[in-house]
Amino acid sequence: MKTKKYDYGTAILSAFEYLLKNYKETFVIGQGLWSPWYVGNSMTDLDKKFGKNRVIDTPVSESATTGAAVGASLTGMKPIVVHPRMDFMLYAMDAIVNQAAKWSHMFGGQAHPGVTIRGIINRGGEQGAQHSQALHAWFAHVPGLRVVMPSTVADARDLLIASVLCKDPVIYIDDRWLYEQEADLAPIKEINLKIQKPQITLEGKDLTIIASGYSSFLVRNASAKLKNLNIYPEIIDVRILNPLNIESIVKSVKKTKKFLVVDPGWISSGFSAELIAKVVENLDINCLKCPPARIALPDAPAPTSRVLEKEYYTSEEDIISATKNLVKE
Amino acid sequence: MINDLKDFSNPKKYNSLPSIKDQDIDVLKNMLSTMLLIRKTEQQLALGRKDGLIGGPVHLGVGQEAIAVGISLNLKKTDRVFGAHRSHSHLLALNPDIYKLFAEVLGKKTGFSKGMGGSMHLFDQSNGFFGSTPIVAGTVPLAVGAAMASKMQNLKDIAVSYIGDGSVEEGVVHESFNLAKVSKAPVLFVIENNLFASHMHISLRQPSDMISRFAVANHIPYKLLDGNDVISIAQNSKEIIDSIRNDKEPAILEVVTYRWYGHVDWREDIDVGVSRSIEDIKNWKARDPIQRLSKSMINSKIWTKDEENELINKIDMKIKNDWEKAMSDPYPSKESILNFVYSED
Ligand SMILES: Cc1ncc(C[n+]2csc(CCOP(=O)(O)OP(=O)(O)O)c2C)c(N)n1
Ligand SMILES: [Mg+2]
Repeated sequence: MKTKKYDYGTAILSAFEYLLKNYKETFVIGQGLWSPWYVGNSMTDLDKKFGKNRVIDTPVSESATTGAAVGASLTGMKPIVVHPRMDFMLYAMDAIVNQAAKWSHMFGGQAHPGVTIRGIINRGGEQGAQHSQALHAWFAHVPGLRVVMPSTVADARDLLIASVLCKDPVIYIDDRWLYEQEADLAPIKEINLKIQKPQITLEGKDLTIIASGYSSFLVRNASAKLKNLNIYPEIIDVRILNPLNIESIVKSVKKTKKFLVVDPGWISSGFSAELIAKVVENLDINCLKCPPARIALPDAPAPTSRVLEKEYYTSEEDIISATKNLVKE
Repeated sequence: MINDLKDFSNPKKYNSLPSIKDQDIDVLKNMLSTMLLIRKTEQQLALGRKDGLIGGPVHLGVGQEAIAVGISLNLKKTDRVFGAHRSHSHLLALNPDIYKLFAEVLGKKTGFSKGMGGSMHLFDQSNGFFGSTPIVAGTVPLAVGAAMASKMQNLKDIAVSYIGDGSVEEGVVHESFNLAKVSKAPVLFVIENNLFASHMHISLRQPSDMISRFAVANHIPYKLLDGNDVISIAQNSKEIIDSIRNDKEPAILEVVTYRWYGHVDWREDIDVGVSRSIEDIKNWKARDPIQRLSKSMINSKIWTKDEENELINKIDMKIKNDWEKAMSDPYPSKESILNFVYSED
């Protein structure tokens, strides 16, 4: 089959192009859509190709633009809201949590806000506490929201299309630290978001490592070094955080009997806790050879200075050393 | 868009020399030297960023110095000032400690926020600066609350909220205007209207370019001024601030200005192409608040080119020394990641 080279950013761009070209009910709204630099290379020239009516750069109004997109989705449109940083999206919480997430249920399944809200994690570079947050766990906590966190180039494209075509409200979270990944992709084939499952990225035997988003990327990189140490982890990329399909993860843990969770958010009450709980609930605890372990961010806002950032964020080395410890036990 | 600002937004107008008749000479010299200090300090930050010595984003207000300098003349150390992402001048006009600013922007322990904030998160409460943060409009209701508290505390201190033309696109600003009015909060909203919010000109974002229309809607008294005339800002803000202090009522001061650099960092031309033109930047540079004051003082023979050169040399020396000192300062300790999350006792 003919493939084409993409990076993570241009993969997202190609999903937007596909959607805008093939579905006239889609439109994109958010800040920075007419700017060459606001959202990396993931939206370049969409306004020129599809018109400023369908690719709408907005005033600094996260709350109104998100609410408006929810409203438009109730009329049969398929809007995609873009928040160049997840931190800015907090002004839009009512539209997301009280409105979009509840609409179907509270009206007896008669209406579905099929809106996609893209929140970009954009951290590092001494940007500090309000320009760094990974809040996927908050959204995954809210019934009614589907939460998608692609870590690969293919998923960046295909899960965005699936999110927009899904009838439910979807929070699609991409991470600027993933943008330089490259991959050859086959032509687009639409997939159904509702049946997507966690993906086994690497089969192994010594332990299962479960991760999402940028953490999955780190784990994939660490696995090459682990191989040199004769350690063979089975790696699972969660992809869809809510509703979470735990089956394949449990199956893997039953096989390896040890597991590590790596998450890009804070540790306390974070998504890593949910994963551990769901796994442990679903197997005979005696089958585990040792307690599960997790790596996530310390319970502190992101610091600013580069030396502290280096300390604060998870590294490949952190994953390698946690893995070694688990394997030893 | 309706051009309600009329000539205020035209860089070729309002470029005459400010009248300095009846002005105290020392105050004039002080304003000129503070504006120059802020300008040169920010130009140093631009260089430091360009050279990669500064790791994080810097939002520079070069061209907008007159606003904070004129207003701060009328503030007390016990007032409660809040800023946003472009707040170096707001802080330096209250406390010209550029060494602490350099240290903070470099993420050093000796900085205004102990190296935990960087350029976008500044703090100096003992000089009236309660904090600046980069979520657009995030601190606006905080300023209203600080003003309400001042009244409960039976104090005559006021709050100041510095915001841009873009911030009024956030709903919380309108809630804050209304709340301030109905609760008679002694707060001054300073709207630095530089006609842009990042790459977007105000004509792409709002139906009118005049932000004080929201003052009218909320029955809040307001003034609309040339933001590049420090004398007018100093005089008018004195009147406004006196009445906020005495009558316990909010007020709005809209000042029209322009930033010389792009939205973020050191390049002038970064957002040219979307809407900013080189031509506009050139014209606005001719409406320079510093040159206008300096020329006016020289014309009135209370200031000379030689004195100005001497002042510039002194400032350059200070910047060089303070920058070098800040560069060699230590970073915060690794423990501070967890240590500052909660209060100590
Ligand atoms: C809630 C939120 N949305 C978007 C941004 C990105 N952003 C940073 S500054 C800015 C423009 C603000 O414009 P204005 O208030 O006019 O201030 P100026 O930059 O002109 O000083 C934007 C959109 C942000 N920091 N916070
Ligand atoms: Mg502005």
